[in-house]
Amino acid sequence: MLRRLFQIDGASVAVVFVLLIIVFMITAPQAFLGYRVYMSFMATVPPPLIIALGVTLVAVAGEMDLSFPSVVAAASYVFGILFQEWDVTWLAFFCAVAVGCAMGLVNGLVITLLGIPSLIATLAMLFLWGGLVTVLSGGIQLAIPDIYGTTMHSLLVGRIGGVFPVQMIWALLMAGFIWMLLNRHRFGENLLFIGDNLEVARMVGIDATREKIKLFALSGALSGLAGVLLTLETTAYFASQGMGYLLTVIAAVFIGGTSIFGGSGKVIGTVFAAFIVTVIEAGLVASGIQGFWTRFFIGFVFILSVTANAVIEDPDKVPLVRMLRTKLRKG
Amino acid sequence: MGDQPIVRLENVGKAYGPVVSLQDITLEIGSNEIVGLIGDNGAGKSTLIKIVTGVETPTTGEVYIRGEHINFSNYSVQRAHELRIETVHQTSSLGTKQPLWRNFFVGRPITNALGFIKVREQKRISEQIMRETIGFRGAGIDVDTPVGRLSGGERQGVAIGRAMHFESDLIVLDEPTVALALSEVEKVLNFIRSIKENGRSCIYIEHNIHHVHEVCDRLIVLDRGRLVLDCEAKAMSYTELTDFLRNLHQGHEGETKVAS
Repeated sequence: MLRRLFQIDGASVAVVFVLLIIVFMITAPQAFLGYRVYMSFMATVPPPLIIALGVTLVAVAGEMDLSFPSVVAAASYVFGILFQEWDVTWLAFFCAVAVGCAMGLVNGLVITLLGIPSLIATLAMLFLWGGLVTVLSGGIQLAIPDIYGTTMHSLLVGRIGGVFPVQMIWALLMAGFIWMLLNRHRFGENLLFIGDNLEVARMVGIDATREKIKLFALSGALSGLAGVLLTLETTAYFASQGMGYLLTVIAAVFIGGTSIFGGSGKVIGTVFAAFIVTVIEAGLVASGIQGFWTRFFIGFVFILSVTANAVIEDPDKVPLVRMLRTKLRKG
Repeated sequence: MGDQPIVRLENVGKAYGPVVSLQDITLEIGSNEIVGLIGDNGAGKSTLIKIVTGVETPTTGEVYIRGEHINFSNYSVQRAHELRIETVHQTSSLGTKQPLWRNFFVGRPITNALGFIKVREQKRISEQIMRETIGFRGAGIDVDTPVGRLSGGERQGVAIGRAMHFESDLIVLDEPTVALALSEVEKVLNFIRSIKENGRSCIYIEHNIHHVHEVCDRLIVLDRGRLVLDCEAKAMSYTELTDFLRNLHQGHEGETKVAS
């Protein structure tokens, strides 16, 4: 019964999120009892959240995508340079997302046609794309303060009533779309079966190759969108911009309850978990703990929650738990 | 459709290079009958099934489905599905983490024009297949239960139910009771009976002679690529059947002795 409750998309992660907020309200009341820290979360979380939505789908299919930091950088650069040189906004937006999509498409082709496991292939593509962006941009940084004040800026990353970040609404809409895609669309169902059991997926007539290429293209497009939102928010581009997301995005996906074995994904869990990662970072610092500790704690929470999720899914898949259970039965 | 057989094989043979797997097989599978296919490993059972279900093409002979002559250049598993022939494989073809309602429809979900699945309709039909078509009575099982939570026999039931829902006239069961507990076997045998009750036919491949004799209308025995018996199950008692198979086996041993 309890297990069933925890299998509801996002339920257990939401509980952890609320507990975490309560803890930080006690340890860092000056920050967590005011509204401003939450506004700041809602301004900074949307880009990694949107990437994590795509990676959630990738994980559902039993694959991995580690190339997104470079895709974010590429999309940011394309957006920034088009705006700076040609003064276009929406065209720059669409070009940036299209570039992300194209990079994802290439990732998908490399994985399916060369048969390289996606973890390794996308790690290689992280370097390949990253290197390419640095070469094409000549290693420069861009500052585009003029984007501030454009219609596009206020529509995508403006502040409602001067405080509420609009990008949060876009991120939630994307989350809704991805949830529908995974849970209500035949594409999502195909991904679920591919990740659950590739042999079965083939037997029932699912074209796994085509679906995986589409999947990586979608993941690339979402990273591209995240790159644009990030550049709009910071009004700047630099090459290592996406690198900071590597840990937080992957942690968000698996803390959120998506199976590390494939075949099951929790979109709402990913949304909460993306916040958890950011809240831990900010909360620890606000509680007076040295900043250096934050990564240690995120890593710790990551391991802990992935284990907990695996136990909820199937206790026998965790060797330690299996050993303890057999010992208990014997004793 | 009347009395026309669903499948008719005429002098069908299959050779893989110099190895002859099937020789001169002529048989019919009628409508609404359960046919047991018996034979040792290497007797040609799976080759015969592969030809009927479109996986392999025969080297000689003709195949007719509902009287229509089959042109092997465009016969495939897909085409067999269109001609309402379905296979339920030994290792069941189900996604264990996915709920029953997805497993019933995977590969051909009910969707709207945009490709969104009509979940409520799929659940309703799944419910109907479970309760009415295959007579599921497992406690605590509903359409949202992941298939991994079902027993081996129940999983076979889901696979059989799926095959029946997609309006197949002939369902091929490839050793569905392998590695099942006795109580589970009984469930599967009931699912097989429900195939007949629903007016369809079934080719049932099985090692356990007792099960075959219990549920089948007709028995077909293959031995080293040849058809050696094709009779009504009623015409032979269980002991007569086992005696026949034992004699067949002893015959081989005699031959090998002579040869050596």
